[in-house]
Amino acid sequence: MAEILRTEQLSMEFGGLRAVSDLELSISEGEIIGLIGPNGAGKTTVFNVITGVYRPTTGKVIFDGRDITGWRPDQVTAKGIARTFQNIRLFNTMSVLENVMIAKHVRLKATLGEAILGLPRYGRQRRQHIQECMELLAKVQLDDVAHENATSLPYGKQRRLEIARALATEPKLLLLDEPAAGMNPQESLELMEFVDRIRHEFDLTVFMIEHHMEVVMGICQRIYVLDYGVNLAVGSPEEIQNNEQVIEAYLGAVDTDA
Amino acid sequence: MDRHAKLKFILTLVVVLLTFGALYIFQNTMNSFYVRVLNLAAIYAILALSLNLILGFTGMFSLGHAGFMCIGSYVAAILTMSPASKEIIYFMEPIHPLLANVEWPILPAILLGGLVAAFFGFLIGFPALRLRDDYLAIATLGFAEIIRIIVTNLIPITNGALGLKNIPSVDSMFVYWGFAIITIIVLMRIINSSWGHAFKAIRDNEIAAQAMGVNIFKHKLMSFTIGAFFAGIAGALMAFLITSIDPTMYRFTFTFQILLIVVLGGMGSLTGSVIASIIFAIAMEWLRFVEQPMNLFGLAIPGIPGMRMVIFSITLLLVILFYRQGLLGTREINWEWILNRLGIKNSLKVKRGEAN
Amino acid sequence: MSLDVFLQNVANSITLGSLYALIAIGYTMVYGIIRLINFAHADLLMVAAYIAFYGILVFTLPWYVSFAIAIVLTTLLGVSIERVAYRPLRSAPRISVLISAIGVSFLLENLGIVALGARPKPFPRPDDLVWNIQIGNISFLSLTIIIPVVTIILLVMVTYMVKKTKMGIAMRAVSRDFETSSLMAVDVNKVIGATFAVGSALAAVGGIMWSMQYPQVDPLMGMFPGLKCFIAAVMGGIGSIPGAMIGGFVLGICEVMLVGFMPELSGYRDAFAFVVLILILLFRPGGILGENVVEKV
Repeated sequence: MAEILRTEQLSMEFGGLRAVSDLELSISEGEIIGLIGPNGAGKTTVFNVITGVYRPTTGKVIFDGRDITGWRPDQVTAKGIARTFQNIRLFNTMSVLENVMIAKHVRLKATLGEAILGLPRYGRQRRQHIQECMELLAKVQLDDVAHENATSLPYGKQRRLEIARALATEPKLLLLDEPAAGMNPQESLELMEFVDRIRHEFDLTVFMIEHHMEVVMGICQRIYVLDYGVNLAVGSPEEIQNNEQVIEAYLGAVDTDA
Repeated sequence: MDRHAKLKFILTLVVVLLTFGALYIFQNTMNSFYVRVLNLAAIYAILALSLNLILGFTGMFSLGHAGFMCIGSYVAAILTMSPASKEIIYFMEPIHPLLANVEWPILPAILLGGLVAAFFGFLIGFPALRLRDDYLAIATLGFAEIIRIIVTNLIPITNGALGLKNIPSVDSMFVYWGFAIITIIVLMRIINSSWGHAFKAIRDNEIAAQAMGVNIFKHKLMSFTIGAFFAGIAGALMAFLITSIDPTMYRFTFTFQILLIVVLGGMGSLTGSVIASIIFAIAMEWLRFVEQPMNLFGLAIPGIPGMRMVIFSITLLLVILFYRQGLLGTREINWEWILNRLGIKNSLKVKRGEAN
Repeated sequence: MSLDVFLQNVANSITLGSLYALIAIGYTMVYGIIRLINFAHADLLMVAAYIAFYGILVFTLPWYVSFAIAIVLTTLLGVSIERVAYRPLRSAPRISVLISAIGVSFLLENLGIVALGARPKPFPRPDDLVWNIQIGNISFLSLTIIIPVVTIILLVMVTYMVKKTKMGIAMRAVSRDFETSSLMAVDVNKVIGATFAVGSALAAVGGIMWSMQYPQVDPLMGMFPGLKCFIAAVMGGIGSIPGAMIGGFVLGICEVMLVGFMPELSGYRDAFAFVVLILILLFRPGGILGENVVEKV
């Protein structure tokens, strides 16, 4: 399969601190890749650099054949990468549906003038987007709460909503930052199946940061291990579980009950 | 258009027609003093709505509104004053030759006032909108002051500190409330559109909005420029209402009053801003009595100038400390709300997030 | 420009710079600790000036008593403002506390107008403090020496306090990391109160000296100096006390020199500070001494 994301010698420095050092990633279309490592290893920083929140100190990010290094986050999203956040970042004054609809704004081909004057091209696209979003919400079983305030939902549903919102941007690559955080083993399992399902249904590539080992080992085809910003190892779940450096730095005893 | 949208359109049309009917009655029967207060309320409404767009809906703490008003006022005044007036009024230094013989009709002058203000909003937005909350506040305040100081010093164009008088007077309520109604409708359509939702997303969580593909800077600039445009329109209307303007009118005090109205009505509610503007305009006049000497229970209490502003300051503090939402918070009194109250439920509920 | 005039300008700029520095410190300390631009800070200088004014003229107290009372009362006012108008909003969105600060500022200014009358009144300069000094062709006021000297003494005291005393260290800790400090058994409320106390006291001294240098008091006298002092604090690096000192002096010197060398621009004198502010915010928002803090996503 074609390579969809590559980083070359990617480094990120904050003041004197090297958060990420010379990272070489390669992800192919359709894969589910994991990114694990102790807290503070720089995993979210990697996401932030890929999505343009930070400009890397050195190195490049190549997505779908284009060098997107230094692009703004909204440009990166328009190109086809979507992400969720470690701490849920929903729009707190808006409903579930409105939250998802924001993601369609970038795909809108009309001007504000048309909206003010009520011209048909805008109205048509808007109605179509509403329909697409309601269908998306139905697929994640959130359509019954479509008009509730987003932050009034229970935690698990808020997480699903964040993922639905990211999906609404019509991405090719989905970055999930600790999607199973705060979930019990049962919920983590459901999430695992959910991610697998949406990968097939939306033809996605998924790159996820996770601490829940049963999720990562269960669903990811390959895993990158990060420690102090350095990539210790990359390989299949079996290879990672048996890698001595990784065990020493992170896994401790090989215990997948995390 | 589906059934529900058609209903809303008809209801809105009916209200607009009724309003014009009311305006006609007021214009012809009401005491001219009350008419003036209501016209002032219309101007305040436009100002509050436009500041609310920037502050309440997009979350940008801009304190530069008076500057845009000032620009709108001066543009409209200079364009519409008769050449004869200009010769008399500009007696310190004669008016710049290019402007001496210009005499435009009222409506185009108002529109140009708005456009020039919007232009400056665009220019100012470029540097200023990259800044955080508190810095943005000071930067926009600074720009407003710079505008005022430039206006005070460019004597051949603005007549400097002496100000401009003999501006043509407009006393038709249809002009003031006409513009107010247009502002309300346009802003409501913007807020309910995809761009309006993008503005609110920026307010709620800028980083998430950006991650969802919203170009933050472009949208902030859009909101700011639109706000500046309507502030300019309000400034032009102000010039025609009070027929004489000078730079000291547009000090920070004015922006403060608009800020008070926005906070009072609810940052994030358009209907709140309109209601609060009317309350404020009436209160400003009604409270004049505390500044006159009066006889209370046989005690002669001397008039205290400035007492109104003290009352307004205390009001602002009380609202922000104890009832931060103001009157309506982020709610609106719109057709949905009214119809729901009357029990007419929307059978097309699923499509309720309608294209307006 | 002749030498006399030039020296006169130098003297004026150092005096103005000192006053700006004193007031700027209050802004920077408060911003450093609770990330608030205290719009009401500058009005404290007006309050102090008026208390001193009334002390001398109405209560006929000796100047040193009036000044002392003014400083104490103004400090109490500053601390009370924090307690009443800012502390309740500490967990509210930032815009709310900014609006509250604006409200307080407006209230003080308009209470001033109501209680004291809007017309400026001449400030009684104490003869013990203010007299003329003649050196050769140049004559200048004693204030030209007294103000910078007092300022430097106070700046040294503040710097010592912040670096060596327990409270000072606590202030620096809280401004670095609010949450962790409160977990480390630092009484955050007391620290914030102390910060406001120090800043208000300095503003009070600044206000009194201001009204001796420019002997006029009016309720709005704090507005423009306030904005400029905030700009000075930003210029030096907001949150940095040495930065505020440097910023204050630089701004004062530039302002006087601008008008001195280009008198035709004197109408734009106040605009100059704003232009400087905008340039700084655009090109070096950290100011001269500041650092750029990256927001954690």
